[in-house]
Amino acid sequence: MNPVNYLYLAALLFTIGATGVLIRRNAIVLFMCVELMLNACNLAFVTFSRMHGNLDGQIIAFFTMVVAAAEVVVGLAIIVSLFRTRHSASVDDASLMKL
Amino acid sequence: MENLIAPLIAAPLLGAAVLLVGGRRLDRVGHWIGTLLSTASFVFGLILFADLLGKGAEHRTLTQHLWTWIPVGGFQADVTFRLDQLSMTFVLLITGVGSLIHLYSVGYMEHDERRRRFFGYLNLFLAAMLLLVLADNYLLLYVGWEGVGLASYLLIGFWQHKPSAATAAKKAFLVNRVGDMGLSIAIMLMFTTFGSFAFGPVLSHTGDASEGKLTAIGLMLLLAACGKSAQVPLQSWLGDAMEGPTPVSALIHAATMVTAGVYLIVRSGAVFNAAPDAQLAVTVVGAVTLLFGAIVGCAKDDIKKALAGSTMSQIGYMVLAAGLGPIGYVFAIMHLVTHGFFKAGLFLGAGSVMHGMNDEVDMRRYGGLRKYMPVTFITFGLGYLAIIGFPGLSGFFSKDKIIEAAFAKGGTEGWILGGAALLGAAITAFYMTRVMLMTFFGEERWRNQPTRSPGAPSAEPAAETHGEHAEPHPHESPKVMTIPMIVLAVGSVFGGAFFSIGDRFLHWLEPVTGHSEGDSPLSAAAVTGATMVCLVIGVAIAWAQYGRKPVPAVAPRGSLLTRAARRDLLQDDFNHVVLVRGGEHLTRSLVYVDHTLVDGVVNGTAAGFGGLSGRLRRLQNGFARSYAVSMFGGAALLVAATLLMRAV
Repeated sequence: MNPVNYLYLAALLFTIGATGVLIRRNAIVLFMCVELMLNACNLAFVTFSRMHGNLDGQIIAFFTMVVAAAEVVVGLAIIVSLFRTRHSASVDDASLMKL
Repeated sequence: MENLIAPLIAAPLLGAAVLLVGGRRLDRVGHWIGTLLSTASFVFGLILFADLLGKGAEHRTLTQHLWTWIPVGGFQADVTFRLDQLSMTFVLLITGVGSLIHLYSVGYMEHDERRRRFFGYLNLFLAAMLLLVLADNYLLLYVGWEGVGLASYLLIGFWQHKPSAATAAKKAFLVNRVGDMGLSIAIMLMFTTFGSFAFGPVLSHTGDASEGKLTAIGLMLLLAACGKSAQVPLQSWLGDAMEGPTPVSALIHAATMVTAGVYLIVRSGAVFNAAPDAQLAVTVVGAVTLLFGAIVGCAKDDIKKALAGSTMSQIGYMVLAAGLGPIGYVFAIMHLVTHGFFKAGLFLGAGSVMHGMNDEVDMRRYGGLRKYMPVTFITFGLGYLAIIGFPGLSGFFSKDKIIEAAFAKGGTEGWILGGAALLGAAITAFYMTRVMLMTFFGEERWRNQPTRSPGAPSAEPAAETHGEHAEPHPHESPKVMTIPMIVLAVGSVFGGAFFSIGDRFLHWLEPVTGHSEGDSPLSAAAVTGATMVCLVIGVAIAWAQYGRKPVPAVAPRGSLLTRAARRDLLQDDFNHVVLVRGGEHLTRSLVYVDHTLVDGVVNGTAAGFGGLSGRLRRLQNGFARSYAVSMFGGAALLVAATLLMRAV
């Protein structure tokens, strides 16, 4: 199978994730979209690794997973505490950091 | 023997320090300490003079190096003194006349509770003036120059409780500052031109410098001389300086300090000899001032101000002579010395009259005083005969020589300058005769006079023993005051003859200043004759106006010229309109430029950045998703740019 197809898939997934980040308001959905973009990147890394015949891309994919796991832990904690205080998971409601 | 130069200056300096630091416990002896130290300085001067006379004419220069003041690379300023015939002449004049005036002040200031301080300032003045004439380089001379300016300021404003005295002191200081600026620029120019400002290197290398630079230095030195010596256009302070006590007017504003400008020009003779344009400017300033001062002197009713106008005029003669170059240097200094005698004597006489007349200065309230003050009358009269150039007295010899030298300049200039000097001699005879007649002859106008008007000058503190409004009881001054007057009168009578007969003064000073005979279109006898005619005309007119007719006690309105001369020929009005108003306009327009242009740029920049940041602030709206849009937009831009760069 032609590896370029995997790149198309990665681009598609990334676009879906990016669009989701921009148009959805629910913090959980937003979060899932970010994960989708991260995984699209991982897919692209692995594909390039395969195409160029070295392991650098695969190693970076592992790093990304570790960082993503850490991010999920922190991010979910923030979302939960936000929901507890404001009774809403909408990101537009948490817009206090402005001048 | 040169080790005696430093003590010469140190003695009055010590006196100033002791008297000013010593405080009230010295009040009872302070004046004698001051007089003693001043006399000590005079004695040192006499010893040095005897030493110089014992040497050959070419070896009469002593130098004493004390220490190196500022050693910085090529900039070398030494505290070195130089005593040659020129400085010796000044030393004897300054310390001699200075000591006599110290003695006189003991009597004159007797009732002043701040007499100790007065003597401290007088000693300070002597030290500064000696430093000025003994310095071996222009920078050290500048120290003395500023020192005498300070002493003059302190002494003019000595009765600082009188607002007029405080103002006059300030005015003298400020006007002098303009001249001092000229001296400091001249010193800087000397340093850039010659790499030094010591007399030796500067005055012996004038041939190496371009004439333009020498002219610039000369004009700056002339500016300095104008400030210190009250020459046009910086003359306005001298009349007001008469607010100071009379001994100060005699010592500083007649005999010594105001002649410092003449010293500067004669000392820098080598520079002027090589810069004819600057020399011409000096003669013009001298000629204009000698007429200016004489005209002012004719119109003043205040005896001291009339004498001040006369001082200005006589220094004009000296400056004129100094501007003539080697023809005139010796005669400038000779007139300076004889003028030191007779003008100091005249001022001391005026002080003595004021002392006996409840400090009245208006000559229209004098009259007939010769019976009451015989010694003052005789000494003042001898000074009067000396200044108008009565044959045989000192002014006759010295002024005549200057008029001769002016004619000897040759050409049209010679005729103009000589004519101005002759005219000046006639006016001098007029105004001095006027002073003499109004003070010592005529009716006794001080009897039964109406009480003093509130606007009249207030009495000096010395007058407190007499009632403010009482009729004055003219009396002769004490011996301590008359003795200095007698000594100075002797000097005024015999000084000129002593200097002139056998050309003594010429031979004495020639090695320093150089001398050349000009070719005069008139014979010496013709000039003397013309001077005599002018003298007689001046005296005759004055007698017709003030001797034959009674002098009105209230000044008549007078002609336009008289009224202008009473206002010092409008010098203050001129300064006010041109300098004060001009300065105000300049500062106002500068403030306007500052407010509109400079502040406009600064405030405009600030407002521009403020507005810009106000707009940029809107981007910070708190919505996470809009930040995400910026991020994506930015990333997309970066990718697009990268692709574009690779495509190119």
